[in-house]
Amino acid sequence: MISLDWRMPRWFHQMGSPKWFYAWGGRLQPWFALAALTLLGGGMIWGLAFAPADYQQGNSFRIMYVHVPAAILSQSIFVSMAIAGAIGIIWKMKVAFMVARSCIAIGATFTAIALLTGAIWGKPTWGTYWVWDARLTSTLVLLFLYAGVMALNQAISERQTAGKATAILALVGTINIPIIKYSVEWWNTLHQSSSFSLTAKPTMPAEMYAPLLLTVLGSYCLFALLVLMRTRTQILQTQSQAKWLTQHPDIEGV
Amino acid sequence: MFFNSFEDLWVMSGHGAFVWSCYGLFVGLLALNVWHSRSQRAKALKQVRAIARRVK
Repeated sequence: MISLDWRMPRWFHQMGSPKWFYAWGGRLQPWFALAALTLLGGGMIWGLAFAPADYQQGNSFRIMYVHVPAAILSQSIFVSMAIAGAIGIIWKMKVAFMVARSCIAIGATFTAIALLTGAIWGKPTWGTYWVWDARLTSTLVLLFLYAGVMALNQAISERQTAGKATAILALVGTINIPIIKYSVEWWNTLHQSSSFSLTAKPTMPAEMYAPLLLTVLGSYCLFALLVLMRTRTQILQTQSQAKWLTQHPDIEGV
Repeated sequence: MFFNSFEDLWVMSGHGAFVWSCYGLFVGLLALNVWHSRSQRAKALKQVRAIARRVK
């Protein structure tokens, strides 16, 4: 039997304690909220009113500043959900299952936004709202996967069992992520190939790229904020008998 | 600003309806998510407070 008792840093195990997560999450939340508001607000205003128009697409390309972050987050959140689920299984960590559960609704929202804004962008650019090409279809499959994960998670009332089942479905479902990513290369698609990466050198001029960087980073901050909020709510729901919670200022303060 | 007037910014030479509806969807759906998270928390807080009161 392989030992899974790897040496992990202390904070890793502490984050696994609902009490610690509740306290640290509460402290971090306002900063993520501030960062999300600033980055998203700034990036969207810049993208809408100040970035130059695209020489081919004109002003419709401004949809990129909300479409691309939504599409990136729809995939990152799915992977985060699978990783959190795996941590829950390996280290038997309840909080990790809660984090995975928090991811579902947020990821589904970003996927829906990516699909809807993509369809609206398609009309002036391709002349149609929808085509059954590889990128669009695999993203629609992602939305169905989120729906499946959510249904499974809510169908099982015992949280540990629900967490495990959800984690396994999420891990299996991540096979769709590389399919989405490489769909534009493997198949002939109407969808253009990737033009944005957080790590590679930008392929567009700085005044077009900067607002996109802001909305992508802002979306990550909003995701972090929402995960903290939803996970802390789950801690409230499941730890209602715990002494640390009933004596917490959030509960006693009123 | 890239546009000459707010009128121009709104119309975006014919692409206004597409662009503005996308930004509206992005802000609207994400705001709905924040609102839902907050209301769930308020509900959970109320329950825990009720339990804490009963225990006392």
